[in-house]
Amino acid sequence: MMKKIRLTVQLLFTIITNGYTYGFLNGKIYRGGLKYVCVPGLNCYSCPGAFASCPIGALQALLNQQGFQIPFAMIGFFFLFGSLLGRFVCGWLCPFGLVQDLLHKIPVFRKKKTLPFHRYLKYGKYAVLLLLVGVGSMFLFGGFAKVPAFCKYLCPSGTLLGAIPLLSANESLRSQIGGLFFWKFGILLLIVILSIKYFRPFCQYLCPLGAIYGLFNRFSLVQIHWEKERCISCKACERACPAALSIAEISRSPECIRCGKCIEACPEACLHFGRSGKREGTSENINLHTKKGAES
Amino acid sequence: MGFWRKNRQWLCGVLAGVILLAIGAAQGQLAVIWQKAVMICMECIGIG
Repeated sequence: MMKKIRLTVQLLFTIITNGYTYGFLNGKIYRGGLKYVCVPGLNCYSCPGAFASCPIGALQALLNQQGFQIPFAMIGFFFLFGSLLGRFVCGWLCPFGLVQDLLHKIPVFRKKKTLPFHRYLKYGKYAVLLLLVGVGSMFLFGGFAKVPAFCKYLCPSGTLLGAIPLLSANESLRSQIGGLFFWKFGILLLIVILSIKYFRPFCQYLCPLGAIYGLFNRFSLVQIHWEKERCISCKACERACPAALSIAEISRSPECIRCGKCIEACPEACLHFGRSGKREGTSENINLHTKKGAES
Repeated sequence: MGFWRKNRQWLCGVLAGVILLAIGAAQGQLAVIWQKAVMICMECIGIG
């Protein structure tokens, strides 16, 4: 049930935020007032359907300005969404996350949760955030202008949601394709192939937005609460967790995307969305405690 | 009091977010974002 709800939310959010059909048909992008605001997930603002801006693109646009200004607007945006949702955004509201989830459903290859050397590679997203989004955007120049280094050299979401639909509908853009496009297309292809075998490789190892939201996971409003006293240690949740987290790490770890697979897998229903202690004393809890007590 | 103790971390985060967002907006940063977002980003699509 949780799986279906999540897929529905992911699809609806992606369709609603990328619903500018005129752009897809004519190879143009939306230029209205909604682009003053950002969507919470990684959604290229050069996608012909995009109604709003990409948070990482927006952060780089501010860092690309002449001189240096603290990007207050985007730091505020990350605090706002991070404090409310944490990486729930990745699991439920990110279009590129949805793409990887769908690719992972393709029934070829033996599925694996993580890449080899996961314990080291998972820090890659922080390196991308620091070096490409931060330092790269402030100090890399193309001519006299600073360049959005992450968008330019890495972002596969821009290639998939922006470049491919725009280039297929706009001939004048197509005529300008060069080596950079093929570099980015190669990265997209690699991520696509890896996504079929491994769970969300881009989110786990490269996404700077996931790195930012992960920092808020420990205290965000949306949490997965574990009722430890009712847990029978069957480890069904750990087997179900696509990010290979232990029960103590679920929800608090920066790697948890709150996909809810652990909640669905728990036979005792001792995991649920909510904040610590919120369900204490509900009738459901009391009944289960009584039942357990009677059995023992 | 109990509500505040349980929820203060994320509430402070939200409050900080709103204040920072307002400071950024007052400095004209949302307009900078809009100007970038309404032009096709050549770097994003692998041309620029």
